[in-house]
Amino acid sequence: MRSQSMRSNSFRKFLYISPFMLLLAVFAYYPLYGWVYAFFDYTPPIPLSQSEFVGFKWFHSLVENQVKIDQLMQVIWNTFGISGLGILFSWLPMIFAIFLTEIKAVRFRKFIQTVTTLPNFISWVLVYSLAFSMFSSEGMVNGFLHMTGLTDSPTMFLQSSEHVWWTMWAWATWKSLGWSAILYIAAIMGIDESLYEAAYVDGATRMQVIRHVVLPSMMPTYFVLLMLQIASFLNNGLEQYFVFQNAFNKDTIQVLDLYVYNLAMGGGSYSVSVAISMLKSVISVVLLFSVNGLSKMLRGEGIV
Amino acid sequence: MSDNQTSLTPNTREIDITKKTVKMQVSAADKIISTIIYILFSLFAFICVYPFYSIIINTISANDLSAKGEIIFWPKGIHFQNYIDVFKIPGLGNAFMISLGRTVIGTLLTVGASAFLGFMFAQEDMWGKKFWYRFTIITMFFNAGIIPWYLTMRSLHLTDNFLAYILPSVVAPFFIILVKTFVEATPKELQQAASIDGAGIFTIFYKIILPISKPILATVAIFSAVNQWNSFQDTLLLVTDSKLYSLQFILYNYINQASSLSTMVNLQNAGSTAMATLATKQTSTSIRMTVTIIVVAPILLVYPIFQRFFVKGIIIGAVKG
Repeated sequence: MRSQSMRSNSFRKFLYISPFMLLLAVFAYYPLYGWVYAFFDYTPPIPLSQSEFVGFKWFHSLVENQVKIDQLMQVIWNTFGISGLGILFSWLPMIFAIFLTEIKAVRFRKFIQTVTTLPNFISWVLVYSLAFSMFSSEGMVNGFLHMTGLTDSPTMFLQSSEHVWWTMWAWATWKSLGWSAILYIAAIMGIDESLYEAAYVDGATRMQVIRHVVLPSMMPTYFVLLMLQIASFLNNGLEQYFVFQNAFNKDTIQVLDLYVYNLAMGGGSYSVSVAISMLKSVISVVLLFSVNGLSKMLRGEGIV
Repeated sequence: MSDNQTSLTPNTREIDITKKTVKMQVSAADKIISTIIYILFSLFAFICVYPFYSIIINTISANDLSAKGEIIFWPKGIHFQNYIDVFKIPGLGNAFMISLGRTVIGTLLTVGASAFLGFMFAQEDMWGKKFWYRFTIITMFFNAGIIPWYLTMRSLHLTDNFLAYILPSVVAPFFIILVKTFVEATPKELQQAASIDGAGIFTIFYKIILPISKPILATVAIFSAVNQWNSFQDTLLLVTDSKLYSLQFILYNYINQASSLSTMVNLQNAGSTAMATLATKQTSTSIRMTVTIIVVAPILLVYPIFQRFFVKGIIIGAVKG
């Protein structure tokens, strides 16, 4: 009798959260049903029920001729390049945190921390607006170069197709570096005081303390974040590249997310872009689980 | 009581790095390293702040000077006409109300849902708790992709619908983790005692959990408000009705126009035509910057007050890992 009332109580608790689970089902799980569009010859506004089932036609079409293969390869190359740069410099927030905590003047340190986390809180549209004001042909940088007589004609910073990966990496780093460092600052504060004292007694210099005490203590945090970053290798996101894209840099800035968007919203090719979306999600999940497995193997615990 | 108070919030310690700096003998090498650290950090801080500063001084400087990019460090010919002009732009007031509306309503719902779900997932007995918790968390790592999402929203008639700004973000896994971790760190006895006194689940939530969770809920509120205010992609994908445009979207349109205009000028770049276009652009440059300031202002105003607050919040999340 009693256990039955407890069971009904536990079910009632589920009922309380069920409306929220329904919301999740609708907005996070139901979209998976949209994957069926990849198997139909769908052109809006004809409804899916009247569209023709075409099987794997769209998946084949991605690689049916050299032009399409080249295009897709370029997009994948861009995705890998931009994500790769991010991973290559994934240690930056850690170094940032280590040296920030080395600053002894409290006020200065707090000021730096406050100021460098600010860009994280503005949208990519605002970042682009700042970038445009600074680097467009009439922007301040060109104005400054002109005033000081360093250049005669304005430099096209934003319309260049060269170095796009690097500029995209630079803006992303500008936006997130201070913020990403916070996790490492938390990790540094968790370091046992006695380790420092031991190093001090042994006569270690500051760099030696960093190398032998601080860095090893940061490795677990670094490893988890690196794994997460690798798991989301294909997900560069849309917004940053969407706002920065223009006719000149399109070839080198199109990452998978932007490519999918441009195909569907610009070209109306819904089915093809759903097919790419689908492949991307599947590969991402495989990546996530492999990285999780790798993490379990190496550290004895997963990241998810 | 005061002891009790601190034990309720074990994770919200003040970030104080000073205690970690053990005094060591300062060598010449250390001094050089210190100097380099100071210079590099100052430089980066400057790079982080200058763009905001420079736009502000440009909006209050003489428009012809700012259009030529000549306002670098100090405003020249100070005036506030740009701000008066911006408020006359048709549609901007409406966009402001849309952005404000989605921020207020969206934040309230997200905070409420995160608090309730975080609390419920911290309950020991709930039917299928483990499953539903995973069901929630997995969505952080996995999604169908933007086009399937767009097609879903369209089939639910959420295109050109204000609810599209609100409903998808109500259940936010990351915030739920934050609240759950926080609630789990509070003494179980509080809830048990209330339960013995006959309090139902909602009474416990309202009378006990909500008051003690204030710090973490404030963090969630700030994050979710910033997300709502900054959101651009949903307007881009789902909205064609200009009555539902958000401020971010209006700003993007402004810069995009200016950007294609400046591309044209650069392509022609034959003196006279360029000059002619430049004449029409003089206002557009300063108006664009002024709109930028209006879009970023709420964040710039709120940021210094809440910065320390949400740094703590994220550290609570980090402790959980």
